[in-house]
Formats: sequence, C-alpha cells, structure tokens
Amino acid sequence: METAQDTIQQAEAKAETSKTLFKGTGSQVLLNGLIEEGVTTIFGYPGGAIMPIYDALYDYADKLEHILVRHEQGGIHAAQGFARASGKVGVCFATSGPGATNLVTGLADAQIDSTPLVCITGQVFAHLLGTDAFQETDVINITTPVTKWNYQVTDAKEIPEVLAKAFYIAKSGRPGPVLIDITKNAQLQVEEFPEYVKCNHIRSYRPKPKVRVEYIEQAAELINSAKKPFILFGQGVILGSAEQEFKAFIEKSGIPAAWTIMGDGAIPTSHPLNVGMLGMHGNYGPNVLTNECDVLIAIGMRFDDRVTGRLDKYAKQAKVVHLDIDPAEIDKNVKAEVGIWGDCKETLPLLTNLVNENKHEDWLARFRDYNQQEIDQVITPELYPQSDEMTMGEVLRNINEICGGDAVIVTDVGQHQMVACRYAKFNNTRSNITSGGLGTMGFGLPAAIGAKYGAPDKTVIAIIGDGGFQMTPQELGTIMQFGAAVKILILNNRFLGMVRQWQQLFHDKRYSFVNITSPDFVALAKAYYIEADKVDERTNLRKALETMINHEGSYLLEVMVGRENNVFPMVPQGMSVSEIRLK
Amino acid sequence: MSTENTIEHKIGKADLDGKQEYTITVYAENRIGLLNRIAIIFSKRKINIESLNSSASEIDGIHRFNIVITESYEVVRKLARQIEKQIEVLKVYFNTNEEIIWQELALYKVSTDEIAEKVTVERLLRQYGASAVVIRKDYTVFAVTGHREETDALVKALEPYELIEFVRSARVAIIKDSAGFHEKLKEFEAFEPGEELVENEFLDKGEKIFTM
Repeated sequence: METAQDTIQQAEAKAETSKTLFKGTGSQVLLNGLIEEGVTTIFGYPGGAIMPIYDALYDYADKLEHILVRHEQGGIHAAQGFARASGKVGVCFATSGPGATNLVTGLADAQIDSTPLVCITGQVFAHLLGTDAFQETDVINITTPVTKWNYQVTDAKEIPEVLAKAFYIAKSGRPGPVLIDITKNAQLQVEEFPEYVKCNHIRSYRPKPKVRVEYIEQAAELINSAKKPFILFGQGVILGSAEQEFKAFIEKSGIPAAWTIMGDGAIPTSHPLNVGMLGMHGNYGPNVLTNECDVLIAIGMRFDDRVTGRLDKYAKQAKVVHLDIDPAEIDKNVKAEVGIWGDCKETLPLLTNLVNENKHEDWLARFRDYNQQEIDQVITPELYPQSDEMTMGEVLRNINEICGGDAVIVTDVGQHQMVACRYAKFNNTRSNITSGGLGTMGFGLPAAIGAKYGAPDKTVIAIIGDGGFQMTPQELGTIMQFGAAVKILILNNRFLGMVRQWQQLFHDKRYSFVNITSPDFVALAKAYYIEADKVDERTNLRKALETMINHEGSYLLEVMVGRENNVFPMVPQGMSVSEIRLK
Repeated sequence: MSTENTIEHKIGKADLDGKQEYTITVYAENRIGLLNRIAIIFSKRKINIESLNSSASEIDGIHRFNIVITESYEVVRKLARQIEKQIEVLKVYFNTNEEIIWQELALYKVSTDEIAEKVTVERLLRQYGASAVVIRKDYTVFAVTGHREETDALVKALEPYELIEFVRSARVAIIKDSAGFHEKLKEFEAFEPGEELVENEFLDKGEKIFTM
C-alpha cells in the first residue's frame, strides 16, 4: 500500500522531471512553444537582433515552414492573410529597428480588423536598451496603440509564459495582434525550461462574459414585436465561428440580413435572406431601409463610419439590439436599446430559441424592390457593359462564373475592392480577405500569399489595382522563391481610381496626382519567372481568366478596364445612408 | 480633522456641453508600459489629463490609478471602456466629485524673513490648515492638503510674500460607495466569470458604481 509519503515523493519526482524537461536557449524554447501552439508557418525576415532565433530555426526546418518575404510589411500582411483564411493565429518574425517599424502598418491593420497575430521582433541586448544602439527602436512604445497586447522579454525564463499568454490573448475574445520583443541576450540565454503550458486564464482579462439571459429575453421581445426587423452582421460572426448559429437565427426569424465588408461570406451570397452589402458603396436597399426598419439587430459589427454615413441621421427610428464580444463597442457609435455582451456563438442560439418563427414577406419584398432598381440602374450596366471599355464588374462576373463562388478572393484597397466585395460570389466563409478598417493599399498581394498557405486547397485570387500593386510588388519575389500558387489579377484603370472618383464628384474634376503610370506588369512578373498575360479587349477576357485560374502555379493577369468608371451606389461622405446615390 | 467636516462638497455642475470633472479609478496589474497604454487612450482623442496619480491599492501587487479629466458623461464612459479593455486592467470606475472623497497635497516654499516680517506664520497655519514642514533661516515650507480651491487660495495669499516655489500633487480619491477590491479580485481570479463580473449598465442602470 502506498503511503502518503510515497505519493508525495512520486509527485515531487514527477514535478522535478517535468520542471526540467528542456535545456536550451531562449530561441529554442520560443520555437518549441510555437510548435506547441500548433504553428506550422512563419512569415519573416532575418536581421542582426533576431539572428539567434534564425540560427535555432535552422534546425526546425522539418517542423516549421519559414517563408522569407521581401519586406517586413509583406511578412505581416501575409500572416494576416494566413490568419483570415485559416482561422488560426498568424505568426511573423522581424528584426529590431527598421524590421520592427515595418510591421507597424500591418499591426494597425490587424488591430482594426481584429486579426489574431503573434509577431516576434528581435531587440538589441538588454544592456544596450536606451543607448540608441544600432537598430534599436522603442518598439514596445511605437506599437502600443496598434497592438492588443505587447511585451518586451529581457530574460529567457519569461519566454514560455509570455508566448502562451500571447497566443491566448491574440485569439480569444475580440482577436487582435500581439507583439513580443525579445532582446538578443534572452534569445541566447541557456536555461532549463519547464514543460510548455498553454494559457487559458489571465486574471485581468475577461475575453468573454457569462451571458446574461435577461438581455437575450429583452432582445427577443423586441425582435418578436418588430414589423420591419433588419440584421446587420460583421466579421464577429466569422471570428466567432458562428456561421451556422447565425444561419439558424436568420432562417427561424426570417429577418433580412446585410453585411459589412468584413462580414462578407459568413453566409453564402445566394442565401435568400442575404440582402447585400452595407455602407458607402453597399447595396441600395440595405442602406435606404436602415432608416426605415423598426428593430435593427447588429451582430459582431461596430458601426464604422463607412457603414453608418451621417450618424445623427442613422437609424434614428429603430430600436437597436447590439451583440458584440467587445463591450467597448456597445453604445460607442450607435446607442443600443439592448446590448448583448458575449460570444455570438453562445448568444445567437439562445436568441434563436426565444424568437418566433416568421417570414416577413412584405418587408423582404421591399428589399427586392430596391434591389431591382439597383440591378436596372447600376448592376446590369456594370456586369454587362454596352461600351467597348471593360468594367471591373464584368471581370468579377466572369470569375464568379468560372469559380462558382468557391475561390478565396483577396483584395487590395480602392475601387476594385468595392467592386469585388459588391459582386464576388461566396459559398464559403473566410473567403473574402480585405483590408476593411485601415484601408491599406499594398495589402492584397502579400495577404494573398498568406491566404494560400492558410487555405492551400482553395483557388486564391488577389484582385489588385494598378496603384496598390505598386506598393508591395516586391512580394512577387516571395512567390517566385516559395511557389505560392496565387492568381494575381491587376485591374488597371491607369488612375488611382477611388481618389479620382472623389475628385470628379466632389472636387470639380481637379485630378490632383491620381494619374499614375505603371511598369509593364507582364514583363515584371516574367522577371520573377511568374507566368503572365495582359488583356485589353473583351473578346479575350474570359479565356484569359480561365487560363489564369486553371494554371498550375502562380499567374499574373493584367486587365485594362475603363479609365473613368465610378463605383456606385455611393453614400457621399457626411450624408445619410438614405441619401445614397445610384449615379 | 476629517475631510467631511472641513470641506463642503460641491455638487458637480455640468457646463453647457455637459462637461464636468470626473475622477477615473483604474485597478490594474503593476506592469511596465501600462501607464503609456492608458495615457494614449486620452491623447488619441486629444483629451487633456488634468491630474494623474499612480499608487499602490488596498491589494498587494495591484496598482491604482486616479485620473482626473473634465469631459461629458458619454465621453468618460467610452474612455472607461477603452481603458478596461486593456489586457492588464482589471476594473475601471468613474465618478463625479460628489461621489468621491479626494485630496491633493500642495507644498509652498516662502522666504522666512518675508513671512516673519509681514505676516504671522500662525495666522497662515490656522486660516489655511497649513502645516510647516521645514523652517529654516532662509525659507519655510508649508504643506496644505485639500481641494484645488483651497490650495489655490493659499497661493493667492502668499503671492505678496515672495512665493519661491509651489508644487501640487495629483488628486487621490476614494469612492464613497466602493466596498474595495478584495471581493472583486476573487471573481477575477476565478476561472469562470461570475454573475457579478458581468453586471453592466445595460441592465443595471442607476447603479451608483460603474461596472461592466
């Protein structure tokens, strides 16, 4: 029979062995931790202050795939694309100083679009901190406003715990980017490390609350009494993996649902209750009827100004129900009658249980009426243009016909982005990857590379304007070296089109520095050994798109579209959503 | 002397924009860089922090910030949420002046000759509740604890007598209705969130203490 003393001794012995499972450097324990967290792919760029980590990485080639990008901004956008396509945490490495500052745009983008990232930056030796050492920047303070959390490690013993916290913080609650800055001495420091323990609780951090049923009941009561209820959904549905729960909710309640560009794809485009896109270049019905609905149900969206237009004329007649995992979003821009703080994966089924089955036929017909007007005045001319000039919309129509809605579409920022979001068909969630909140030109190409690693079985199409492409073209080198089979579609209108559109509409056509010239994109791609083609006539468009999509590896196709086409409808800045223009 | 006896609490009056003085109380982990994370929430919105105090709290290892700003209720509420959203922040409260007891400490350095000649030290001590911290041949340092108006009044009083140096501390404030943080911390340390933690103003409107 075991005595208590024996048990204690056994426990101590076990503790002793598990405490010293691994002896090695801070760099090694970092990489072990990444593997423990399920990381397979890292986007990065080496440099002086992160060399010990790269030295360790040399021995991890079989477990960790490292994609050498051509610029740290490309690295972090690729990590974002990876995270958005896969639902996993994106990881990127950069060195100190310029390497780290090059991450800032991507961090800001990931912060505003709630993308889970863990970024590791090298830092100068701890004893050099504050001495303006070579490639020293105050990365922690520079990145504080654009990270969900950041931390500087100066002692290797901290690494496992900090890494575990980083992954937990990045992916839980409202996801976001986390940055860990590791001084070179900590990367080199040899220690005995205990077993890696994943983090699942931080006392000062409550990623999601216990749902209070009272709110659900209040919301259900409002929804059940509504004559013209309207649902707005955002990326929260996707981030919460609540697509099925969301579908069940709208199908039982019969409420029309419109999406923000970040929520696009959470339910299939073809779903009968999917009434389209919200906001500045969104659909006619959803914008106009926002100011007519009686109950507005916002799910995992944050009432961005591009969605609301003029706020004091936004949905004033409606009682608002707002479901969000981030309590700071509730009542931030639009006052909620009922705020439901929680994870929509949990709150939606509770709400579905309490809402009545309904059809709202007459109300849905209103959306269809507006849609018909939009089809006649905007959509048909865009998708089936009568003029010789090609439109961005007809390119998207062809992609829809070829891919059937199963491709992952990654866009850059500008007119093509709005057209792609408006017209691309999606059957699956996590298929629309775009820089929504920050509007980062240059996002498209590197994010598409990351998306291909995140969704290797999908066709990934990067749709990019001639302006945006010229912000991060260096990532063609990454494709060349590592072979990500990304289809790059440049919609070239020889203008910075969105700014030009505003200058035309609001600045008396004073085209100030929007006339941008481009290199020979086909030759550029070929210089990187990437197959490429250019289309400037409609007759060649379909075949060229098919060739691109069916091509085995990466491919670049440049399509020359009309120079001065505009994206409509449009809610001009400072106007109400009901003042949306069709032309 | 208790504060309650000596200081008449002024009812916070909102001005035309609905702005008034609010004291934000932040319970947070004691971590390098957190002060910056909190401060930029104000500077991002171009809001001036009138007073900021960082100190220990009733609980070992937990820090307490007192931040004073003049803003409308709506703005302060949003700021409080943004602060509470920071990973290392446990809880944020915000209160108007009538909901708190607060003090500031001021020090005054005055030429001893001037004071001795022109005004009696005793009168100053009595009138302003000041105490002499140091009396040297060349200068005397007085300390006054109280509200802004009181410490300001002594500045005025000393102006004719060559005020050599003046400094005032940040506000420290105790929330009248708070039961402290000991019980709250237990909930935070618990793995599963309790009911108490998820109380928030959507349901609990009229709560005296802001929680969410």
